[in-house]
Amino acid sequence: MDKNIVLETRSINKSFYTPRKIDILKDISFSLNRGEFASIVGKSGCGKSTLLYILSTMDTDYTGELLIDNESTQNRSDVQLAAIRNEKIGFVFQFHYLLNEFSVLKNVILPGYKLNKLSEEELETNGLKYLKALGIENLAHKRASKLSGGEKQRVAIARAMINDPMIIMCDEPTGNLDNKNTDIVFDIFKELTAVFNKTLLIVTHDLSFAEKTGRIISMDDGRIV
Amino acid sequence: MKIKHISEIAGALLMARWKQSLVAAVGVAFSISLFISLLGFMEGLNQLLDGLVLNRTPHVRLYNDIQPSQIQPIDLNAKYKNHHNFVKSIKPSNSDKEIYNSEQIIERVKSDSRVIGVAPKLTAQVFYNLGNIELNGVISGVDVGQEVKLFAFSDYVSEGNYFDLKNMSNSIILGKGVAEKMLAKVGDIIIITTGGGEQFPLKVVGVFSSGVIELDKVQSYTSISTAQKLLGKSSSYVSDIQIKLKDMSLAPAVALEFGSLFKIDAEDIQTANAQFETGSSVRSIISYAVGITLLIVSGFGIYNILNMLIYEKMDTIAILKATGYAGSDVKKIFITISLSIGISGALAGAIFGFLFSKLIDAIPFNTASLPNVTTYPIDYGLQYYAIAVLFAIITTYLAGWFPAKKASNIDPVIIIRGK
Repeated sequence: MDKNIVLETRSINKSFYTPRKIDILKDISFSLNRGEFASIVGKSGCGKSTLLYILSTMDTDYTGELLIDNESTQNRSDVQLAAIRNEKIGFVFQFHYLLNEFSVLKNVILPGYKLNKLSEEELETNGLKYLKALGIENLAHKRASKLSGGEKQRVAIARAMINDPMIIMCDEPTGNLDNKNTDIVFDIFKELTAVFNKTLLIVTHDLSFAEKTGRIISMDDGRIV
Repeated sequence: MKIKHISEIAGALLMARWKQSLVAAVGVAFSISLFISLLGFMEGLNQLLDGLVLNRTPHVRLYNDIQPSQIQPIDLNAKYKNHHNFVKSIKPSNSDKEIYNSEQIIERVKSDSRVIGVAPKLTAQVFYNLGNIELNGVISGVDVGQEVKLFAFSDYVSEGNYFDLKNMSNSIILGKGVAEKMLAKVGDIIIITTGGGEQFPLKVVGVFSSGVIELDKVQSYTSISTAQKLLGKSSSYVSDIQIKLKDMSLAPAVALEFGSLFKIDAEDIQTANAQFETGSSVRSIISYAVGITLLIVSGFGIYNILNMLIYEKMDTIAILKATGYAGSDVKKIFITISLSIGISGALAGAIFGFLFSKLIDAIPFNTASLPNVTTYPIDYGLQYYAIAVLFAIITTYLAGWFPAKKASNIDPVIIIRGK
């Protein structure tokens, strides 16, 4: 097995049973290498978001096999899966999902609290470093609710980076950003793969955005085409 | 995960809804303070009422009871030894109530480590002379120093100085009812007639009010030596030895032991006053029930507020779980929120409970039968604070546990997709 593979799926199937059986995902098998910048594209309802939630280990209701960092995620407890998410996967969502109760910096370092490998000071230094790399260092002590959409998305990217994960997954990260901010976010992603050697998996329906990524995984009606 | 970080997140969520949290904490504080003041008041009242009798009662009393002989003559007959004999011809003789070797017994009892103190006593039946009427009465000869120390004698002397009983021979402290009937004041001389028919002048040095009016109509006190003179007995004559123990619950065992050791009758306080304990414990149970109901109601308040908080903070919970927080971490966060409401409410409640108690303590309460009570009685026992705080923490923990469990089971996929 190639040591560079960080994520692999083996014939993943998922169906909804309400009100009758609908197959959402059919026989999904692919793998991602370290440093790869991949995007999943497809029409609305083709199952790309569903696939992302399965890959993220949050959704465990499927058949097939998912390997992250060459380790199977089958038959793991909630606590173990949470630990995998915490350590190996970074997340960026469409609606940024910052915690409005906290400052920007706190939002960034919250996953670090859970990992509990670095002290608070080290986490804050790292958090500031990532915010600086994303050009929003000056916002570090503002409340998350006071930020603009583009800024929030960049904070979410910094948060995804804090535990130095192997893979960063994004669900429509540019879905509600204007062109200027979309370009900024793309450049950041590009840099993450090039400079930090992260694997990126981005679910999007923005074809022009996807075309610029290194690999395009097209989905149609629950299959990879 | 560090407790510091859990509590930091919990604190931020708490502050996001600080008004509701405050209302919940005030609810806890209110119920705790009522619990403490209610129980303190009830227990104070219990102690006051029980004290009316129990303070005045020795834990163990040694005396000679008038009893028929256990061995009747027919039992001595060898022929009927193994029969059930009905013939009982020997009645109680005019036996002496004197305790023999009382001084040695007192010395022996005093040296016992379970005993706080010993007070000898003797009782004389007398008549108080009011003009041509003779009034039935009882005069107890007591050791004033020991009575004050062991039986709160000083609390019940409403007029005069009780130490004059010791300092002045032929002095008497009259029961309040007796004094009123005889129109006697402190400093007056009254005449009594002893059981033997002799008349004695005694100087009134005080008035005694026990709280039990019937008792005050007959009972008076004098010194032991005066009482011995009234009875015409020697200076070693004592009819009762009253013993106060460090631990009242040992009384039945000690009574049994001393009874057989000194070959004397011994009565313990539990046998003598069984009904008082029952009354006190029933009153305590009722007040505990009311107090605990209050605490449970405040627990429901916390439950509601946490449930609301969880519905409002679904997104936050989902994002925490998506970034790697396990269900158990989320649960800890919400239990921390609940406990911090509970603990801060409990501490505030303990302070307000103390202030409430102080307030009740300051309300005037005058009753003719209790001369030294001027305000409502309060017991400031630490145990009420401890029970209240402990119970508040348990209630809030449970009130937080169910919503926390719900929060920990939230599926982040559903929340994130739902947007």
